[in-house]
Amino acid sequence: MEQTIQLSISGLQKTYKSGEGVRDINLEIRKGELISLLGPSGCGKTTVLRTIGGFLSPDSGEVRIENQSILHLPPEKRPTAMVFQSYNLWPHMTVYENLAFGLKLRKTSRSEIRQKVEQVLKLVRLPGMEKKYPSQLSGGQQQRVAVARALLLEPKVLLLDEPFSALDAKLRMEMREELREIQAAGNLTMVFVTHDQEEALSISDRIVVMNSGRIEQVASPQDIYDQPNTLFVAQFIGRMNFLRGQAVGDRINVQSFGFHNEKGLRGEVTVAVRPEDIVMLHDESAGMGGTIRQVMVLGHYAEISIETPAGLTKVFLPREEARSLSTGSAVRIGITRVTAYSQSS
Amino acid sequence: MGWYVRSLGKRKIIEFMVLLLFVFFFLGPLLNLTLLAFSGKWQFPAMLPQVWSLEWWSFVLTQEEVLSSISLSFGIATIVTIASIVICIPAAYAFARIRFPLSRWFLFSFLLTNAFPKMGLYVSIAVLFYQVGLMNTLLGVVLIHIVNTLMFMTWIPAAAFKSIHLAQEESARDVGAGPFRVFWHVTLPMALPGILVASIFTFLSSLDEAQGTFLVGIPDFKTMPLVMYSIVEDYPSTAGAVFSIIMTLPTIVLLLAARRFVNADVMSSGFQMK
Ligand SMILES: Nc1ncnc2c1ncn2[C@@H]1O[C@H](COP(=O)(O)OP(=O)(O)O)[C@@H](O)[C@H]1O
Ligand SMILES: [Mg+2]
Repeated sequence: MEQTIQLSISGLQKTYKSGEGVRDINLEIRKGELISLLGPSGCGKTTVLRTIGGFLSPDSGEVRIENQSILHLPPEKRPTAMVFQSYNLWPHMTVYENLAFGLKLRKTSRSEIRQKVEQVLKLVRLPGMEKKYPSQLSGGQQQRVAVARALLLEPKVLLLDEPFSALDAKLRMEMREELREIQAAGNLTMVFVTHDQEEALSISDRIVVMNSGRIEQVASPQDIYDQPNTLFVAQFIGRMNFLRGQAVGDRINVQSFGFHNEKGLRGEVTVAVRPEDIVMLHDESAGMGGTIRQVMVLGHYAEISIETPAGLTKVFLPREEARSLSTGSAVRIGITRVTAYSQSS
Repeated sequence: MGWYVRSLGKRKIIEFMVLLLFVFFFLGPLLNLTLLAFSGKWQFPAMLPQVWSLEWWSFVLTQEEVLSSISLSFGIATIVTIASIVICIPAAYAFARIRFPLSRWFLFSFLLTNAFPKMGLYVSIAVLFYQVGLMNTLLGVVLIHIVNTLMFMTWIPAAAFKSIHLAQEESARDVGAGPFRVFWHVTLPMALPGILVASIFTFLSSLDEAQGTFLVGIPDFKTMPLVMYSIVEDYPSTAGAVFSIIMTLPTIVLLLAARRFVNADVMSSGFQMK
């Protein structure tokens, strides 16, 4: 299904006086898509988001919404709405006034404002909160009001900068599920900034992984997890084991294992293996030998660290199976799937 | 009685003594002043006046000079407050939001005007005023009052502006308000407590200002404190007491009003250099 491009960023560059910033940002976001900008703190996610919102002007590049350039517009004229990490609300105004402010500026009639505010408060599960002041709300409720205010503007692109990162883990999970529901129901286009890979994996249609001012990979959560393009992405997303291997011809060798050399690498390589792609073997002659270093029981499963000739690996096993294993004993493991990276990258 | 004192413990007793001392030194003079103001005859060993009377009140309040000084003082204080707001609020906002070289030194220089011996500063200002013809003019008096108010009228609102998060202003931009609307609907109301406190200080300090006014305002601008001097010199102490109360009244009223806005935060953050 071919969908229209709602937001397109091309050749975006912004360098601060300190020399940090972002460059070579190219991105096309379809209508109704939820895109996450994911990366470690300081990699430039906020810089990209603020450039779209109009709070920063780029050194070069172009930002278009519905194929119209928006770079010449001040934030108040852009068809975007932004939810900040915190301090979104105005403490001297009630929830109603906070929500109505933008609508009043648009000369919406009073009765329509009232009706819209009531509707949107229901949507963010805060019905009847009109008369409260922000200081009377919890952190989670405040962020809900902030989201509601952004939704009221009916933006063409909704921008969220780590909106839930100040909340506790359980609430964060709830909020992102609700946000995803609202987004899907309204077919909204969203750019969601987070440094939490689990959050990005759980709600996004596509993830943009960023590292020191550049885009490392743009792909669906599934592909990001299964086929990390670069060593950085492999390290950053999910749990990963890194083993030493050699690329010879069209083979990647890790001890006695051989894998197809898809990328045509040469020499010493780093081989990334997901814990779930490692299996415990009971046949004494098969696979690769190793020694158990540590068994850590984490609820219903256990994390086993195994020292092998190719490096330290971690495996997850159901708790029942892990019971028979003890530190120091010898085991044999098999590897079902790997991704290889040249060591210089 | 003895058991009661013992049961209180040393700490409580010391606290009580401190409180007594406080009352004696702070409220004592005020109480004495009030009694004096309403007395007709009060001779030494007596605790209370022998004869009560409002005679000096009617005397003071019928003095042409007194009445005109009251309205002059309030008029000047109003002008000074408004002028200070107009001059200092934009400056305070700039200090809070814009990093420019030497901004710290600018702030510090305001403190300097309060650190010097006032008279020295006033005399040098007076010399300048003399050259440009500002002596014995309303503008001259207002200007010399503003010298005193610059500091808190800039520092306290600057701290209030600084405590407003950038995200709060940016959110307002985001929902469609231009820079001026953001200032009017978000920044200003949020900083209002700090601005009000600073304005009240300004008003009171202008009402109280005597040295500078004396230097540049004489003979035409006789404000309350100046008239106070001559009353204390020329009439019995009862007249002085009456006039003191008249002068203290606005201070008390305004401070009570300010109490709603003054909290330790506004005050202490006003005196930080960042
Ligand atoms: N206004 C600024 N002036 C100078 N450097 C900045 C400014 N804003 C951000 N930076 C720097 O640019 C880099 C990217 O910042 P940012 O976009 O906020 O990262 P993120 O949101 O991914 O944590 C960081 O190293 C940060 O220190
Ligand atoms: Mg950020």
